Amino acid sequence: MKFEELLNIPPYQLEKQEKRKRLTTRLGELSELHYHNCVAYKKIVDILGFHGEKVKDYEELPFLPVRLFKELELKSVESEDIVKTMTSSGTTGQNVSKIYLDKITSSNQQKALVKIVSDFVGSSRLPMIIIDCPSVLKDRVKFSARGAGILGFSIFASDKIYALQDNMELNIEAIKLFLEKHKGKKILLFGFTFIIWKYFYQELLKYPEEIDFSQGILIHGGGWKKLINEAVSEEKFKSCLQETCGLYKIYDYYGMVEQTGCIYMECEYGHLHASIFSDIVIRNSRDFSPCKIGEKGMIQVLSVIPESYPGHSILTEDEGIVLGEDDCPCGRKGKYFKIFGRIKNAEVRGCSDTYEK
Amino acid sequence: MLRLGGAVILMKSDKIQYLVGDENFTREIIPTVPLEETICCFLEELSKRLREEEEARNYKDILTFAFWIRKANIERLKKVYYHTECRLGKGLIFHIAPSNVPINFAFSFVFGLLAGNGNIIRVSSKNFPQIEIVCRVINKVLKEDIYKKIREQNKIISYDSQEREITDYLSKLCDMRIIWGGDKTIEEVRRSPLSSRATEITFADRYSFGMIQGEKILEMSNMELKQLALDFYNDTYLMDQNACSSPHLIFWKGNKKKIEEAKEKLWEAIYQEAMKYELADIKVSDKYTKLCEYAVDLSIKKYRNYENILYIITLDKLPEDITKLRGKYGLFFEYEIEEEEELNGYINSKVQTCSYYGIEKDEIREWVIDKRLRGIDRIVPFGKALDIGIIWDGYDMIRSLSRIVC
Repeated sequence: MKFEELLNIPPYQLEKQEKRKRLTTRLGELSELHYHNCVAYKKIVDILGFHGEKVKDYEELPFLPVRLFKELELKSVESEDIVKTMTSSGTTGQNVSKIYLDKITSSNQQKALVKIVSDFVGSSRLPMIIIDCPSVLKDRVKFSARGAGILGFSIFASDKIYALQDNMELNIEAIKLFLEKHKGKKILLFGFTFIIWKYFYQELLKYPEEIDFSQGILIHGGGWKKLINEAVSEEKFKSCLQETCGLYKIYDYYGMVEQTGCIYMECEYGHLHASIFSDIVIRNSRDFSPCKIGEKGMIQVLSVIPESYPGHSILTEDEGIVLGEDDCPCGRKGKYFKIFGRIKNAEVRGCSDTYEK
Repeated sequence: MLRLGGAVILMKSDKIQYLVGDENFTREIIPTVPLEETICCFLEELSKRLREEEEARNYKDILTFAFWIRKANIERLKKVYYHTECRLGKGLIFHIAPSNVPINFAFSFVFGLLAGNGNIIRVSSKNFPQIEIVCRVINKVLKEDIYKKIREQNKIISYDSQEREITDYLSKLCDMRIIWGGDKTIEEVRRSPLSSRATEITFADRYSFGMIQGEKILEMSNMELKQLALDFYNDTYLMDQNACSSPHLIFWKGNKKKIEEAKEKLWEAIYQEAMKYELADIKVSDKYTKLCEYAVDLSIKKYRNYENILYIITLDKLPEDITKLRGKYGLFFEYEIEEEEELNGYINSKVQTCSYYGIEKDEIREWVIDKRLRGIDRIVPFGKALDIGIIWDGYDMIRSLSRIVC
């Protein structure tokens, strides 16, 4: 089954059985593809005792732990076919994920993203404010997660500006001019949750009632970890932005550099949604069996996009629950879910290298 | 201000927390003979008080420690060490205890005391309840007048390891330094020089394995099997398989057909025992990632798992450096052998403990001596891998921490 077949279907319209059938076919084929083209993937799948021909449902497919992309160079294409390498942000000292993209995978990421986001903002291009600084995009071959997000979303822009200067200062004058120029039009805003809070919202507080974003649609992602440390909840984030600049259409998304493109968008009811390009399975950590709806566990993400690297089925280090399937009040089909953030660091016992601070 | 010289040095530093003892440091330590009477009385008293202490009952490691310093055990040590040689403690020992094994500091302290020394023990700044409880009880016992000298010559302190100045000072001051806690710690502490006559014992990262005679497993009763599984659990899972003496690799010895059957029987029993293990999600993720990495790097014959509780990797052949085969949270390697001799080239100096079942200890010891192996300092039955004793890592702690007068 070709990826293109899915492009002809609206991203949130397949019922459970239909979606299951198509995903099983496509993901099964991707597993075969990587089995024959990525030695590391083959070795892992072999010792896990997995046999491709017996798969009746994509839930049975093996998954790679997300951290493996930090430890190993995993690719299923020749090095000369790689057009882009994406890396996770990763705090200093840690390894970063390295994701290798060829032309096809890179273009399919973009196509899936367009389909998904259009469902929320419409299909025409919009004036766009990127809440970040331009220097994030400097290196066009090696992309950070931040850069990849910005580049991916830029396709929705009819005209765009960066809200921040390279020193991360808010460029308030440029924003005012931009809003003046596109007065009365829908405006798309995009950025990373923490950057929006710290460099955009908190700076905007200095200009009360000067800026009106009531025509804006904000899409943001990147996780809440840093904001939770500052005691900023999702609700507070939304209400603060609305109060300060009238921005009320705010959509969070869940996504990761290992599966760029098929992001999970938050709907008007605050639920994250799986599109037809991807799915999530909540796994019980005791034996990796799938959890029922409403049961908390580790999140496995599946994506129909990755052809150049074996990242179509990944076990993340996030935990969450599936809230339901096909029956969200927003009308979108597919699973909808909630994320609780990272699984916690455990206190590890032992007696080596312990001269801690 | 930290200064050297003079009989009493005030170490006033708000960066140091004194858990036992105060900031008056006597430089001129008066050593004792090993297993001196007052010291033995002190330990006997401490053992009693610890066992009476309500809070201590919740900590198996405290009770193990209290049991180890009980009168009968000290008397046994006396028989071994008394009257064989004339010895005196080296003087002042500076101990750096590891931060992941809470009770270790207490053993290190007792080794220093028994050998006849004054001691300064740096404990982890992590707040382990065990450290707090043991120090509280030590302080209670030390209040008695007969222990005045012990009180003056011993301190348990805590400070941030980044405070190099303090480590520098104590390293210059001591006659001997003991560093627990692995290669990185040793490297860091060694940047603080010792005085010219002082010596050092380091407990570096080590590697341990187990050896089992297959047929013997088949002969076991259910009760015996359950006990062995529990012993195995205590040696491994109890410390997240992270202790130096926890086995990572099991060598199965004997007839191949019988080994197959024996493996099934023992691993199943271990799985049953390990069901109680607290398997946090992050540990599952770690363990599964490790498994995938090993799948790529090693030559694997077979892999089995019991849920995410127990992973077993059966190796086709051994890698050159077996100490790289490290499991975590219940991930084990196994390899079949006919004779110990097959392993001669693999036992390098990093190898510490060989836990065994169904094989004679003497047989393993003879192999180590005869073949002049670079590694294996301890040969213990399963269940005893983590037992700390006066002989540790190839050192006789009493003899190493004292000097001979002849």
